[in-house]
Amino acid sequence: MANIAVLVKQVPDTNARIVISDDRVDLSAVKMVMSPYDEFAVETALQHREASGGEVTAITVGGASADKVLKDAKAIGVDHIVRIDCDSYLDSNSLQSMISSVISEIGAEVVYCGKAAADTGAGSTGPGIAERLGWASVSNIISATFSDIISVVAPVQGGNARISVSLPAVISCDKGNVKVRKPNVKGIMQAKKAQVDVKSASPSSSSISIISHSLPPSKPAGKTYEGGAAAAEVAQLLRDEANVI
Amino acid sequence: MSQTIVIAEIAKGAIHPTTAELVTAANALGSAPIIIVPCTDSTIADAAGSIQGISKVIALKSDIFAEYDASGWATAIDAVAPSGIIITSANPQSKDLAARLAARRNISVVQDVVAIEGGNLVSPIYSGKAMQTVSLAGDAAVSVRANIFAASPQGASADVSVVDATGDMATAVEEFLARASTRLDVAEANIIISGGRGMGSPDNFSHLEKIADTIGAAVGASRAAVDTWEPISHAMQVGQTGKTVNPNLYIAVGISGAIQHLAGMRSSKYIVAINKDADAPIFQHADYGIVATWEEALPVLQASLSAMMN
Repeated sequence: MANIAVLVKQVPDTNARIVISDDRVDLSAVKMVMSPYDEFAVETALQHREASGGEVTAITVGGASADKVLKDAKAIGVDHIVRIDCDSYLDSNSLQSMISSVISEIGAEVVYCGKAAADTGAGSTGPGIAERLGWASVSNIISATFSDIISVVAPVQGGNARISVSLPAVISCDKGNVKVRKPNVKGIMQAKKAQVDVKSASPSSSSISIISHSLPPSKPAGKTYEGGAAAAEVAQLLRDEANVI
Repeated sequence: MSQTIVIAEIAKGAIHPTTAELVTAANALGSAPIIIVPCTDSTIADAAGSIQGISKVIALKSDIFAEYDASGWATAIDAVAPSGIIITSANPQSKDLAARLAARRNISVVQDVVAIEGGNLVSPIYSGKAMQTVSLAGDAAVSVRANIFAASPQGASADVSVVDATGDMATAVEEFLARASTRLDVAEANIIISGGRGMGSPDNFSHLEKIADTIGAAVGASRAAVDTWEPISHAMQVGQTGKTVNPNLYIAVGISGAIQHLAGMRSSKYIVAINKDADAPIFQHADYGIVATWEEALPVLQASLSAMMN
């Protein structure tokens, strides 16, 4: 029986246009969804539960509007949903300290998360909480099999390797060959009724602060050619002008 | 002024040239860094000593550095690195290490830095659809994207000291798996040629492969291509839900330039777009755009590049 946790995060839909107002990203008109890689983390956590028995707790950090991502996880099949209540900006240090204290509190022995959240793209949370908890970690796995130890496939220099990980551990998930299950009607009904367990945790200190958000600098207009024959000229420019060939 | 510590990037048993870019980033933060070289053979660290702008090199030698283990590496490196700003490369393994080291020291981590402006760090968020600028007040771990900072020149001869490290591995490699494809991975390539749904069928990717073989490029794909065609694997996918890449040259063929795709490749140094639709958004990001079908353009490109490479 395994006590399994999975971290989920609500992010803007990856097709959404990002707008800036007053030097900050303005998400007020953006549809929020579960970060894509977290879907693989939820799926892997559920497969772990099916292989070894036990329960899966989905954890997120945010204000009440983040309950939706937990309900989505519940509809797919997790057993418990926990929100660490916090509505303000958290840097990696504060965020990880809060999550790791809640993981200790619920007694999880394995934590799954997406390889990176689609908003920051940082990928720091998985290895960061593993370090705080003194656990092993493997990042960016593309498949996993479960017994007393977990055997995963993850990238190493020059290819992939099968890696064994003893518990407790944090495992971050890339998109692999797993097919992510979709919620069924029963799951959606259960999710509607499910209670979110709201916890509080105190963040540790932060040494960074956000100065501004901005749109990426636009590139100066490039050269455009009509017709395939121009490929010869472009090839020459790649060598003579760009120096990349 | 903060002490800076650069963790050397190692590839194929040698110091990777990105390491000299990390030194430039450290200098931009105001100090001459100590370079720590995690290695099994300390002689590889000598190459780091010739990078200008550093204070010294520590060859951190241990068997644990044969294979990456996040916990073991962080423990060993933390033991020798003084306090300060730790700088790593921003490939997936090094970002993982940066996060581990930061957590171990209870300091913040800033990933994927692409510019340093007056001591502030700029990094892409929302996969490059926006940029974030943060200020540092104290120590931090910072990962820096490759191919953005100029490499610090060679020619110095800094002190190299060898330190034996110990650490426990928390994970173990059981076996290396043969890669489905022997092609270069998009995450490791300096040149990438990618195809989208405009390629018409997965079989036509062979035309991209031929060019890739000519110029030593990796073959990538858009999400549309990966989702539509089974033989085009997710490992090839460039974009927000695939890999974020930063090559010197990115050639997009039959790719319209969905925001999802742009997010993964817009910071490439040079972008070539080949698309039959002159209004495709990819052209707004291209240094060189060719409005043509791939059937017209690729044979010409192939012939020109082959002639150049010979």
